[in-house]
Amino acid sequence: MNTIAVIDYGMGNLHSASKALEYVAPDAKVIVTNDPQIIADSDRVVLPGVGAIRDCIAEMQHCGVDKIVADTLGTKPMLGICVGMQALMQHSSENGGIDCLGHLPGEVSFFGNQPSVNAEHLKVPHMGWNQVQQIDHPLWAGIDDMSRFYFVHSYFVRTQARDMVVGTCQYGVEFDVALAKPNLFAVQFHPEKSHTAGLQLLKNFVQWDGSL
Amino acid sequence: MGLAKRIIPCLDVENGRVVKGVQFVDIRDAGDPVEVAKRYDEQGADEITFLDIGATHENRDTMVHTVESMASQVFIPLTVGGGIRTCEDIRRMLNAGADKVSINSAAVFNPDFVREAAERFGSQCIVVAIDAKSVSQPGEEPRWEIFTHGGRKPTGIDAVAWAVKMTELGAGEILLTSMDQDGVKNGYDLGVTRAISDAVKVPVIASGGVGNLDHLVDGVLEGGADAVLAASIFHFNEYTVPEAKEYMAQRGIEMRIE
Repeated sequence: MNTIAVIDYGMGNLHSASKALEYVAPDAKVIVTNDPQIIADSDRVVLPGVGAIRDCIAEMQHCGVDKIVADTLGTKPMLGICVGMQALMQHSSENGGIDCLGHLPGEVSFFGNQPSVNAEHLKVPHMGWNQVQQIDHPLWAGIDDMSRFYFVHSYFVRTQARDMVVGTCQYGVEFDVALAKPNLFAVQFHPEKSHTAGLQLLKNFVQWDGSL
Repeated sequence: MGLAKRIIPCLDVENGRVVKGVQFVDIRDAGDPVEVAKRYDEQGADEITFLDIGATHENRDTMVHTVESMASQVFIPLTVGGGIRTCEDIRRMLNAGADKVSINSAAVFNPDFVREAAERFGSQCIVVAIDAKSVSQPGEEPRWEIFTHGGRKPTGIDAVAWAVKMTELGAGEILLTSMDQDGVKNGYDLGVTRAISDAVKVPVIASGGVGNLDHLVDGVLEGGADAVLAASIFHFNEYTVPEAKEYMAQRGIEMRIE
């Protein structure tokens, strides 16, 4: 049986992610957990996250999830969502500057420092449905390029490692919203809240063999 | 190209039932909030808001179940408001599957609750609801005040300054209901919507008084709102969500149309 571990480190809304996975994969077993053994035994892993990065990283360290992520990365398909994606980067300017888990090169920066567009000031958080420009990847199968996904965040990722960027978005600045490596797909938006396009992406993840 | 403006149908829920009535022709149980939410989801609504208008503990337990049930079937963002007074209230709703909670009177009585909530759960899930009413006389500089108790009790608090204060305390979004207009169907109060939208850095949802699709357009183009909330025009099938989106898009507003 396809088992999917949704990593629980006490931050945020895991219900949505697990319910959406159950919805797209009724035959799979979805487990919300931070038990290293269960995660090690699962077929694929989801790393969600909401809220402030400092608290997320602190809770990950407190629960030993930082180590679990390090052990799991690259060994089986992993999906990072929102702050779960940001946590994988090197550094975030949130909370006065925070070292993240450092698995992916790149910075997490504040939208509020961006210039306004067409004289209208940019609202922060970037909240709502924005278009994602796709770069070829199996997880985009069945989803039209420039489809809209639901975002809610005040900090954004930019990486110099352009070869791992598989999705970008515009909000005053162009930023990276989907990063991929073998066995890793990380997104800034919330697929579990993105209706048809988001559910399709989750469905693709559930069937993904981890290859690029 | 970029971020779309949002349409948010709002359901008043009491004891697990939609009140004020919803008249979708092809829904058997018109009072079931999950059924109604599913219908709006199919129509392409960008978010859903549940307003819990009951006050009892039993009612609150029912609301938690309603939110749980919706969150397993509808995969767009859900905001729950009404009676959110403590961090425990927020935790329960988020755990049940709500994405955001809307804090109204509790913020007026204890502004620090907004700070506490934002610090604990993140600004992204804290919406502060503001009920504003015009208090300036004709010929005076326009001024709006916060009202509580369904618009009956004035507080003497300036609505624009209050909105700014709420965002400084950590509100990630402002849900602005213009009380003069609510239920009157003359459209949003564009003056206060524009004043608050210009004054705060976070998104503003316009609410109160929508009677036709031009009101939605005006809320965005003149009021500067990032999202428009409406109840009765959708509940009674006067307009569908796709009709509203198409109309707004024709007027040059960026919308999510699938």
